[in-house]
Amino acid sequence: MANSGVDFGPDDIFRLAREARDRFRSSRRLIVMILLGLAVLVAMVSSYYQVEPDEVALVTRFGKFVRTSEPGPHTKIPFGIERVQKVPVQRQLKHEFGFRTARADIQSTFQQKDQKTAGESAMLTGDLNVATVEWIVQYKIADPYKYLFKLRDVEETFRLMAEASMRTVVGDRSVTELLTVGRESIAAKAKELLSNLCKLYDNGIAVQQLVLQDVDPPELVKPSFNAVNQAIQERERAINEAWAEYNQEIPRARGLAEQKIEAAEGYAVDRVNRAKGDAQRFIALEEQYRKSPEVTRTRLYLETLSAVLPNAGKKLIFDEKAKGILPMFPLGPTQEVKP
Amino acid sequence: MKTRSWWITAGLVVLGIVTLSSALYTVSETEQVVITQFGQPIGQAITQPGLHLKVPFAQEANVFDKRWLEWNGNPNQVPTRDKKYIWVETYARWRIADPLLFFQRLRDERGAQSRLDDIIDGETRNVIANHNLIEVVRTSNRDFERAEEVEDVMEAEAMRQVELGRDKITRLILERASHVMPDYGIELVDIQIQRVNYIESVQAKVFDRMISERKRIADRHRSEGQGKSAEIRGKKERELKVIESEAYRKTQEIMGRGDAEAAGIYAEAYNRNRELYRFLRTMDTYRSTIDKDSWLVLSTSADLYRYLQSANAAPATGRSAAR
Repeated sequence: MANSGVDFGPDDIFRLAREARDRFRSSRRLIVMILLGLAVLVAMVSSYYQVEPDEVALVTRFGKFVRTSEPGPHTKIPFGIERVQKVPVQRQLKHEFGFRTARADIQSTFQQKDQKTAGESAMLTGDLNVATVEWIVQYKIADPYKYLFKLRDVEETFRLMAEASMRTVVGDRSVTELLTVGRESIAAKAKELLSNLCKLYDNGIAVQQLVLQDVDPPELVKPSFNAVNQAIQERERAINEAWAEYNQEIPRARGLAEQKIEAAEGYAVDRVNRAKGDAQRFIALEEQYRKSPEVTRTRLYLETLSAVLPNAGKKLIFDEKAKGILPMFPLGPTQEVKP
Repeated sequence: MKTRSWWITAGLVVLGIVTLSSALYTVSETEQVVITQFGQPIGQAITQPGLHLKVPFAQEANVFDKRWLEWNGNPNQVPTRDKKYIWVETYARWRIADPLLFFQRLRDERGAQSRLDDIIDGETRNVIANHNLIEVVRTSNRDFERAEEVEDVMEAEAMRQVELGRDKITRLILERASHVMPDYGIELVDIQIQRVNYIESVQAKVFDRMISERKRIADRHRSEGQGKSAEIRGKKERELKVIESEAYRKTQEIMGRGDAEAAGIYAEAYNRNRELYRFLRTMDTYRSTIDKDSWLVLSTSADLYRYLQSANAAPATGRSAAR
């Protein structure tokens, strides 16, 4: 090599440069080709995008919104000139308040209540009591443009709006109402307030459903709420028992009364029929009697006496003319008395 | 010579790219930009999204958010006018309405957040301290719906009429807090009371009160049950008496009617021949009254024995029968 020592002159430098240039010239074409190929590949990859069936995509060019793409394959200007943001407009989205589903399944599991969820669910009622309310909000993104560009952190804001709405409504209800009859109207009213807030905030969200889940008195107070339920049961039972007694006795008394009346009716008919029979018998007899009173009378008299006399215990027959007998008659109780 | 020109071209291209990238800037849909020249704001804020030009190097683009921005308050312990200690949590949404002013007064969002903390917390305190708790909790004076026939037992303070209510209270806070906002280039778009809770010591008392309230309600239910059941038993007793006495009345009436009819029938028949009737009845009486304990003392002059002494006796004038 000539580049050693003092005889290294300017000629050598030019020669080296020339050699380098030649080497470069031969490989330059290859490098350019590779670079160009890479650029085309990147451009192709970064200009393709796909929109899933439940989404739409919003395309911005240099930050400015230019178009919305429906589901399907699409192309855009590459190298970050056009950017794509996808929004799931068809999907029904859900926020949970006061609880979190850990895993939704045939039998869903829920997370342990922690400070965050407990804080969401604790609220004051209109009668200045405390209750814990759990609820869900189902919503859709109705306007993806507003949803993306109107608010920063639109989801967190939506949660706060939902909490404020629910507390406003619960704050106007008594705890009894909240726990019993008011559930549906509370959900409806809270949904209305939340929808109005969405309109005010113009966040592109459409509230579809607001459903109350568990609504409970605070843990410490629960037993006394249960005691009220128990008292209501007791009251119902006392009333039911009284009615049962009533229902047992009154129909029976009615039946007995009916029986007595029927019996009386029978008695009356019996009396009348007997009277009619007796009367008919008497009339028939009397008709015959009128024909021959003397004989009939005597016959009846004698018939009677012949029936009666054998029954009589003691018989004493005396002659009115023989007056002496009577004083001899012993009035003792013995049966062996001779007449 | 060829090599030098190549170097110069390369240099110019680099210079051009640097200049262009300094002159061009994009404004997205969510941004607004204030142009400053050596730190001095120039012109109006640019809110139109897209690609924009500025003087390279000398001018700088300061980007601000155009969207509604967060402000989430920390729980504040505030006494209400009726001396109830509560935790109040508010949230607000605000936007940079005048980026130029905002830039001049607050520089960036961190500065704004700390200013918002001061203003909103302060106004929340002021407004809530000037009102009773019920005003913060309730919105209207609507009557509570009743779940059962039994009325809820309620504290006097919960029955108090609401003058403003939650809606107007929040609007009041918003109004008062909004007062100074234009000075900062900020528009306060909404404030909401997100949460109101009792502080722990008050909460314990509230729980006690709730327990005693429920106890009273339970007692009322129980005594109502007793009252109702006694009422039903009374009703039952009364109805039993009515049923029984009515049955008695009816039976007597019916029996009386039967008796009367029978008496009429008898009277009509027997009136045809009273003497015969008396005779027959007397005969019947003999049959039914004379038994083995009876003594019959009969005279031979009686009809039956008339012939005892003589077959040709004269008919007797009367009969005698005795016991």
